[in-house]
Amino acid sequence: MGNPPITGAQKDAGLPFRAAPAGLVFNIMRFSLHDGPGIRTTVFLKGCPLRCRWCHNPESQSSEPEILYFGERCIRCGDCVLACPHGALDAQLHNSSELCLRCGECVEACPSAARQLVGRWITVEEVLAEVLKDEVFYEESGGGITISGGEPLQQANFVEALLAACKARRLHTVLDTCGFASSDVLRRVSEHVDLFFYDLKLMNSEKHLSLTGVNNDLILQNLKMLAKDGNAIRVRVPILPGFNDDNENLDALSEYLSPLGVREIDLLPYHELGNDKYRRMNLSSDMECVVPPTTAEMETIAVRLRCGGFHVRIGD
Amino acid sequence: MNERVRRLREATLETKPWLSIERAALLTEFYRQDKTASVPIRRARAFRHLMENKEIYIGKEELIVGERGPAPKGTPTFPELCCHSLDDFEILNSREKISYSVDENARQVQKNEAIPYWEGRSMRDLIFAEMTPEWKNAYEAGIFTEFMEQRAPGHTVLGDVIYRKGLLELKDEIELELSRLDYFGDPVASAKRDELRAMAIAADAVIRFAERNADKAEELARTETDPVRCAELHKIAAVCRRVPAHTPRNFWEALQSYWFVHLGVVTELNTWDSFCPGRFDQHLDPFYRKDLEEGTLSRDEAKELLECLWVKFNNQPAPPKVGVTAAESGTYTDFANINNGGLKPDGSDGVNGVTYLILDVIDEMHLLQPSSNLQLSKKNPDAFLRRGMEIVREGWGQPSIFNADKVVEELMRQGKSAEEARCGGISGCVETGAFGKEAYILTGYFNFPKVLEITLNNGVDPRTGKTIGKATGDPRAFSSYEQLFAAFREQLHYFVDIKVRGNNVIERLYAAYMPAPFLSLLVDDCIANGKDYNDGGPKYNTTYIMGVAPASCADSLAAIKHHVFDRKAIPMDDLLEALAHNFEGREKLRLTLWNKTPKFGNDDDWADAIYVDLFDAFFDEVDGRKNTKGGCYSVNYLSTTCHVYFGSMTGATADGRHAGEPLSDGISATQGADRKGPTAALKSAAKVDHSRTGGTLLNQKFTPRLVEGEDGLDRLAYMVRSYFRLGGHHIQFNVVTTDTLRAAQAEPEKYRDLIVRVAGYSDYFCDLTSALQNEIILRTEYEDVAHSMLTPA
Repeated sequence: MGNPPITGAQKDAGLPFRAAPAGLVFNIMRFSLHDGPGIRTTVFLKGCPLRCRWCHNPESQSSEPEILYFGERCIRCGDCVLACPHGALDAQLHNSSELCLRCGECVEACPSAARQLVGRWITVEEVLAEVLKDEVFYEESGGGITISGGEPLQQANFVEALLAACKARRLHTVLDTCGFASSDVLRRVSEHVDLFFYDLKLMNSEKHLSLTGVNNDLILQNLKMLAKDGNAIRVRVPILPGFNDDNENLDALSEYLSPLGVREIDLLPYHELGNDKYRRMNLSSDMECVVPPTTAEMETIAVRLRCGGFHVRIGD
Repeated sequence: MNERVRRLREATLETKPWLSIERAALLTEFYRQDKTASVPIRRARAFRHLMENKEIYIGKEELIVGERGPAPKGTPTFPELCCHSLDDFEILNSREKISYSVDENARQVQKNEAIPYWEGRSMRDLIFAEMTPEWKNAYEAGIFTEFMEQRAPGHTVLGDVIYRKGLLELKDEIELELSRLDYFGDPVASAKRDELRAMAIAADAVIRFAERNADKAEELARTETDPVRCAELHKIAAVCRRVPAHTPRNFWEALQSYWFVHLGVVTELNTWDSFCPGRFDQHLDPFYRKDLEEGTLSRDEAKELLECLWVKFNNQPAPPKVGVTAAESGTYTDFANINNGGLKPDGSDGVNGVTYLILDVIDEMHLLQPSSNLQLSKKNPDAFLRRGMEIVREGWGQPSIFNADKVVEELMRQGKSAEEARCGGISGCVETGAFGKEAYILTGYFNFPKVLEITLNNGVDPRTGKTIGKATGDPRAFSSYEQLFAAFREQLHYFVDIKVRGNNVIERLYAAYMPAPFLSLLVDDCIANGKDYNDGGPKYNTTYIMGVAPASCADSLAAIKHHVFDRKAIPMDDLLEALAHNFEGREKLRLTLWNKTPKFGNDDDWADAIYVDLFDAFFDEVDGRKNTKGGCYSVNYLSTTCHVYFGSMTGATADGRHAGEPLSDGISATQGADRKGPTAALKSAAKVDHSRTGGTLLNQKFTPRLVEGEDGLDRLAYMVRSYFRLGGHHIQFNVVTTDTLRAAQAEPEKYRDLIVRVAGYSDYFCDLTSALQNEIILRTEYEDVAHSMLTPA
């Protein structure tokens, strides 16, 4: 797309409301099949207020662009070192995080695609143009756009403008959120959302705090508000053996959702696909000891919730 | 399937193809003795000699009878077209892939009878003797191939004629035309007379063949101790006495009538794409419904009969091919391709009870032959599509799916009426035709990347150092991409001219020396015109040249435009040096070309526009040129196995491909270049105007997980419907993991039954050359990744 990077001053927060701001997007994935009905395009926004210890998209957390390095592709030609205007790369091709300004010059220079820039500032129009490319597939399949992250509501104005633009084109919209956002913002955005994917990781607020970095009071309160407003909601629960697969948590979840009239639950088994990403980003994952749940364990959890009257799907 | 079918199926799977010398011996014996002057009558008499004297085979438990050879998998040769040397026989016998066992008797007959008579007289010898040095240069360099050097023009599909008229009624029509000949005003009246007489002889030949099958059945019945089988043999005899001389009266007779006609066509000549019943469900439905109503047939019985016919198709491997023809089409499959669904002549939904019956047969039989496809119109129900997708996701590459509405549009653009177009469909791999009315002859594959290579070398083929093209200028002197593309077009024009000139000569050779009176009998309006199928007798006569590797070529053009001209980052001289040395020591440059160029298949308008330019250039060059039979040229896009052969003839390309590696297949993206998922790949492929082709071929590779469950069926159905809404002609899915394919390469004995989609047909993976196996493995595999890490480009 070749846009010049947008400077900090132009960023979301600094722009007036409805000024079609730019968003920091780290992926636009077409033919997305698990983020709502039909064939969809999922727009992943960068930046998240939570620090879930099991996060499988660690590149989504920071609100800044980042450089990823795929060592197995590198032919060690050194072009990145020469290209870097800031001297951030040493002869061993290590990136010094203090000097690197994420300008992407090394990514441009790399012939083997061993360096990738994660996160680009893109306008609503640009995202919409990309999303509309698959319009015919949405129409045939009942699909549409899903906005995910990171936490999309970190860039609320951008998300609102994007959702409004999508609704103006009559696209079906899904917002995938952790719910940790101002209630006003959430309610405003919800006007353009056909279906919420709402993450509920843990019912116990203290545990939530220790595992995600925030407590869940606001999250639960927002869910209640959205439900009362009559929004369509699917609750998504990542299943992390040893952390939230206990009956206490599941029963608390049932109890909380029942009176809200929320009946749809997706259970997402923890998987290890994220571990590679941590390595590429020079991060350490403290979840490497966690073993993904077995199919039988997932089924047991699903049955328990179904007994509470929920429609439960096991995702993958 | 029932026990009978299970045993018949097992037998056809276990029997290895073998070369039968019977036909060559009978044909040579006839030609040595016969003195007939008229070419068509002589051909017809030769055909009658074959049908009267070939061995009759009726296998245990068979219900549909008749073999082309003396027994199943016995594959005849056609020395009048291609007279194999003894070395050829040894190659056929011993080559690793697609071999045919050749016994000592066959070698002796070939040496003592066939070679002494046919050497120098075969069509292959005539063709190569008539081609210009320019043609030979291009052919030897791998610019194009020549379909007619070992096999006869065929490329046609039967309409509904045999279900309306017996061969005896067609003979009456011949008599009528003979009585109408104007020997005063029509200078070619006597030529018409000979052709019509030849057709009548050919009709008698096939009726006689059917009667001989009836005799055989009765003979077997006399000694049969099982009363049930004895009754079956009497029934078989009765059916063979009825058809194809007369119109069939029921389902069984309809199937047997087709099969005799099929055997007639593929015995007369080794027609390309064998022969095909085309819209079988449309033709059979009236018989099926009538029999059901009258209580003379159950659905299971109808299925059993169809399955017995399926075994018959599978008993007939493609005639043995050698040389370039074996490289461009290296498979036992002979491309009979059953069309299902589509539209009725009045434009309404054509899906009927037989459609679903045939789909069940395809699913149960799981055979390479016949190939099968869905003709999917927007008017067809989703249930039909979903039933087809259930079979597709089993992963053996059948049926393929065609956009019936687009096929109609393609045919109408070429001048067929709406009704004729709706009765049409596809044959071979993806080739559009008006069934029962059209000869649509594929003449050869055409190598786009090689033409670009010749352009970049100013007319010289760097593989041999020979000047084979035009001097279109040293590209180092080109100042713009437009200049390069203009030079490419000039080179394209030069080679298409050579190909068309050669085709025109070859068309006349076939018209003069190799008429096909039996095939002519079956195709409108050969009888009315008194003209042979190979001489413009049919109502429509189209000639095709098949563009190969548009993606490899467009990606190469894109790389040059992007890096050399637009960004001026790579000097032309530098690029040409690197290509000449197959990127040796230039890995960084190669990776830059491969990774840093927008490529076709990603729904990138910039890259796709270059592909469309290429498509348009080839269309402009070929479409509408006149052939010698009153028809026109058209383009289509399929590659069979030719993208591998052409790849082996083509040096390193500017898209970052090494010399000798396979080129892109069909209209698909270069293997591994489509990185934005299947919707983007489909969008790119739909940017060309498919209605200006006679068929395009698009392969997609999905992992089995992606198509699991009801959701998986939905996904396949959505993809197909969407692609067709966008105007695509054909799509086919390989549902298999790369791991499975690699495992099959490592331990072929464990994966003997693994069938994959190649390009327009399916084949046993272990029967493919290792180059083709690798090419299929390299195709982009779409899987089900929940949250991938691709960054926006």
